[in-house]
Order: sequence, then structure tokens, then C-alpha cells
Amino acid sequence: MTARPDPWADLRSLTRARIALGRAGGSLPTAEWLGFSAAHAAARDAVWAELDLDRLDADLGARGLGPSLRLASQAPDRATYLRRPDLGRRLDAASAARLAAAAPAGGCDVALLVGDGLSAGAAQGHAPALAAALAARLRARGLALGPVAAVRQARVAVQDPVGQALGARAAVVLLGERPGLGAPESLGAYLVLGPRPGRTDAERNCVSNVRPEGMPVEGAADLLAWLTGEALWRGLSGVGLKDERGLLGP
Amino acid sequence: MSRYAATVGRTRFAFRDLREVMARASAPKSGDELAGLAAGSARERVAARAVLADVPLVRFLEEPLVPYETDEVTRLILDGHDAAAFAPVKELTVGALREWLLAYETDAPLLAALAPGLTPEMAAAVVKLMRNQDLVLVARKCRVVTRFRNTLGLPGRLAVRLQPNHPTDDPAGIAASVVDGLLYGCGDAVIGVNPATDSVAGVEGLTRQLAELVERFRIPTQACVLSHVTTALQVMARGAPVDLVFQSVAGTEAANRAFGVSLPLLAEARDAALALRRGSLGDNVMYFETGQGSALSAEAHHGVDQQTCEARAYAVCRRFAPLLVNSVVGFIGPEYLYDGKQITRAGLEDHCTGKLLGLPMGVDVCYTNHAEADQDDMDVLLTALGAAGVSYVMGVPGADDVMLGYQSTSFYDSHYLRQVLGLRPAPEFEAWLQEMGILDEDLRLRPLARGHRLLEAASPRAREGAR
Repeated sequence: MTARPDPWADLRSLTRARIALGRAGGSLPTAEWLGFSAAHAAARDAVWAELDLDRLDADLGARGLGPSLRLASQAPDRATYLRRPDLGRRLDAASAARLAAAAPAGGCDVALLVGDGLSAGAAQGHAPALAAALAARLRARGLALGPVAAVRQARVAVQDPVGQALGARAAVVLLGERPGLGAPESLGAYLVLGPRPGRTDAERNCVSNVRPEGMPVEGAADLLAWLTGEALWRGLSGVGLKDERGLLGP
Repeated sequence: MSRYAATVGRTRFAFRDLREVMARASAPKSGDELAGLAAGSARERVAARAVLADVPLVRFLEEPLVPYETDEVTRLILDGHDAAAFAPVKELTVGALREWLLAYETDAPLLAALAPGLTPEMAAAVVKLMRNQDLVLVARKCRVVTRFRNTLGLPGRLAVRLQPNHPTDDPAGIAASVVDGLLYGCGDAVIGVNPATDSVAGVEGLTRQLAELVERFRIPTQACVLSHVTTALQVMARGAPVDLVFQSVAGTEAANRAFGVSLPLLAEARDAALALRRGSLGDNVMYFETGQGSALSAEAHHGVDQQTCEARAYAVCRRFAPLLVNSVVGFIGPEYLYDGKQITRAGLEDHCTGKLLGLPMGVDVCYTNHAEADQDDMDVLLTALGAAGVSYVMGVPGADDVMLGYQSTSFYDSHYLRQVLGLRPAPEFEAWLQEMGILDEDLRLRPLARGHRLLEAASPRAREGAR
């Protein structure tokens, strides 16, 4: 006996939600169960994937950036990273030393970071293009960028010690977001003004869902460059700084 | 010498205070490890449980874990304690309470009478001494019945919250998911949408849309848009037809402040909803969500373990006579509950604790993609909760919430549970499902025709017409 389709399959055009899947008895048909499993498997693999720094450098280099300054958080591996978000926000000792040696004399305006976050694939796939698009816009505004930092086992707030060590006035980190079933490789970008340990999430601006099916790279770069410029100009970032493009004059 | 010490094997373990005993006695949770509160070894955990078993229940009235002076939840708990209801167990220790709860003679009326006499800390403590089967057995004996437009929590019944979320709150997309869920027999607990945006206009629009749907098809259920309580107040002030007011709550005043709520604000919202008099069978107008880890996440746990903080959140809930309360057990992430085993344990703990305290408990049986969990783990927890008499579970299309980005239970999952345990929908809703030709007398799904009446609510053509 095979599954019975639902006679309202036309409603599927109205939502990405998994509706009108049909049923075997009252249970999920085999094809739908396997499809769900495949989506979950992609999300799981995305969480556990490692950032390939050689490939990242090659992709950054092809866009005129890098090679990256290779850093790591205090989370030694993925399992620890998932349990201990606090460790993912701090740099390990070797990274701190490397960063001190590489810091530009006199600091910089913006520190740019790439981190694996919860989806190394998202960082691998979308960060080089976004980093290049953003760097071009920031330079066009006359802003000086520090060396691009690549951080393994990174949480968002790792931008605080990195930005501080580079003497940056602001920091932007691009990192993989928590994978959803339909979106295993989605990139997020976070801006903070005056990076230093102790900054709260309320002091950061977020641009999320950067991926081909979501927010396009060029649009994300436009918004991030605008937010960065405004943050430096107004002296604030986070909940007090909203996307007001279009509300203001030219 | 600490008054809290025990020897396990050849090692003596001493604990600083009652708060530390509670934390060390808790089942292993990544969140308590993250907070630095968890037992350092398996033996220390057992030692703490041995100590806890000998603690008299009255000690929880004498030694608040969170200071009375600075925390309104502690004041709510202690000022609201019902000494008469507590009388049957006031001489008992925590260990003896476990045995009292398991006794054959302890039945639903006795447990209901006891509930106002138990503080959340007492319930949290006894739950720490209970294994999973105890949590199932004791919860199953509790009976909590609530009403708005139908009757929830009756024996042999399982209700479902229909959760038709959409990434951009598109009305046609939401309607499609609502109809899909109704046609699978779900929606008796509530038709409840998590809005993608918390704007007053957006929440009002969704509120009106759901109210019209419930009215048009005379569905014996209630609707809710799960906005912040301040948004719900504004929406009600604009005259929108709000059935239930929703809010996430936590177990300390500081954690609730991080959620932007306080006890007076919740009371104001409840009064506003009561004034609308939209319930036909009862006036349980509140819907609360909770979850282990929220207090730590807000850095507002006062050194109290996450399971105890969660129990304290139930004191906030019961103050407002809710229709529905559920823990969102696996939603908060692996830094609080690492894997399927921890999620399962926490789900059973939260359900049993809430029922002991007299709440209409459901559970969002769920996980995120960075937790070590999958559908098999959820099936086991769901089945155990069914055996424990859970009041309701979630119904998310295909178990995949495309707005919140996590996996919960699907319309198929609740139907599975109703099949294997012989559970029926809420009685008024069951009658409606049969009248609509959705379920047969044996509660099986009927084959439906292409022209079923409910489909008018969501056809792509109807969407065009609405524009």
C-alpha cells in the first residue's frame, strides 16, 4: 500500500512550510521522511564542518584581500565550542601574540574578521565575496582597514578582543549562522563600535541571512558599509542605530 | 562543619548551602556546567542527592534561594504560600515527599489540593530525586483542567497547538499552514502564530485574520499571536479581538526584566484580556512559555541551577491562571541542554514540575541543529510525555519551523501519539473534527475531497481576491 497524497497540494505555492505532504496511514510518506532527513543531515554536517584556511586565503587573494591573519578562540574543538560559548568569544594565547605582532602602528578604522561560527560552509562560501565587497565600500569612504583576521571556533564577540588588539575604531565579523533545515549555509555579519571585551549584544548591529536565496552579498555590503560609516560618525552602534537609509536625505 | 555533607564511597562531600546542594544534585546539564554550578563528579552528584533527600521541606520556606528583599518572584512564592494546603506534607523531607507522591493513595484530588502548598523549590527538589519513570508516573496522576472555548487537560485527551509560522508573516502562507494543521486534526490547544515582527500593526493584522477564521468555521478553539505582552496591550487598546495574551517568562525578577516584563505588567495584560470576555467556556486567558537556561542566558540566575530557576518561572505562571503553559525545552540550544538525553530529562522534569504546581503543562518537544539530537530522540520524549499525560504538544508543518529555524513536533507526530496511546482531542474540538468530516469515529483521518470547505480559507484564488 502506498501513501495517500493530500488534495490541497496547490497550497504549497503559498509557503515554504512543509504542508500537504500526504500520509501513510496518519504518518509521513517515505519520500518526505527521507527529504527531511537529508535537510537535517546537511544542517548537521554544516555545524561540524571545519574552516579550510588555505582555501579561504586563496578565495580572499583572488579578490585582492589577505592572506588572513590566522587566529583561534579558546575553544579547542567543535564539541567544546558548542558547549562553551564563553570560550568562543576569547582568543587563545598564541593568537593574542600573533595579533600583537601584526597590529598596524597607529591602529585602523575597521577590523574585518571571518569566523566559522555555527556553519563553516557559510563562511567558506560567502565570506570572501562579502569581505571584498565591504572592503571596497569602506575604502571608498576613506576608511583604513586592518589585516583580515580568520578565526576558528569563533563566536560573534571574538570581534571584541581582535578589534581591540588591532587598535580598530570598529569591528565587523562575518560568520556562519546556526543552520536551519532549509538553509545550512547562511552568513551573518555583526558590527560593533569601539571593540573591547565586555561589549554586549545590544551594542552590535546584525545583518543576517546572507546567502544566494536570502540577502544578496551586494545588498549586505551596502548596508554594512552604511552602518559602519554611521556608527563611526554618530559614535554609537547597536539598538540605537537603525537602518534609516531612505528616511534621510541623499 | 557544613550542615550539608555526605559520604559516598570513601569520599566526604560538603556543600556550602542549600542552593549549592540543589545545583550539585541536578541531573547533568551543559547549562549548569557553563554556569559553574554542576557537580564535579558523578559521586558528588549522588552525595548531593543524599543530602537533599534529608532536607525537611520547611527549610525551603526558611531559606530562600534567591533573596526575598530583591526579587519579586521570591516574594510571590513566599507571600502566596498556602500553609493549609501544605499541611499534609509539612513534616516530610524531600526524600519522603518523593515516596508520598509515588504512593497508591496519592491521587489526582490529593495532588490538586497539595499544589498551592508546594513552592517551586520544593517541587524542583523532589524532581531532582526522581528518575524518568517517576516523573512520568507522578505527572500522570496530576489533573489540571482549563477552559476558554474548549476544555483542555481531561484524562485520555491530548491537545495540539497549531503553529503556522511564516518567515515574513504572509497572511496567505499562514492560512495555508493553519488549514493543513486543521485537516490533520490539530489546533485544539490554540492556533498560535509566532510573528516575525513585533509591530503593533502586524500583530493586529494577524490577530484579526485568525479571529475571522475561527469565527467563520465556528472552530471551538482559541487563537493567539505570540507577541510581547506590551504589544498585546497596544493591540487590545486598538480593539483587536485578542483571545489569549502570550508572554515568555522566567524564574527571577532580573531575568523577567531582561524579557521586558514584571508581575504588575502581566496582571495588567490579563485584566485587559479578561475585559474582552471572549471565552465561552472559561476565563483562562494567558499563555506562557518558559525554558531551562533563560535565567542564565540573561545572567540573572543568582547561582541557582537552571531546573530550579525553571520551576520558579512556574510560580509566575500560576499567579495568572493560564490556559496553557509550555516549556520550549530544546529550543534554547546545546549550551544549556547538550543532547537528546539532556533534552529528554529536562522535558520530563519541566512537565512533572509544572503539573505538581497545578499548571496546564504542555511541552514543545524540540531541538536545534547544533544540538546532539534528532527525530528519534524527539519520538522517545514525545512518547514518554504522552504516557505522562502531557496536556498538549506543538503541531508544526513537517516538524520544520521555517520562521524560528528549529524542529518541533509535526501534525503527524501528535496523530501518532493519539494512535498509540488512544488519546482523543479536546471534546468540543473532537466533535467539530467529526462534523467537518476530518476524523472518523475511530479518530482516523478520513480521505478528503478536493473541495473540502476548509480549503476555501486558504486557496491561492482566495489570496488573489484578498488583494
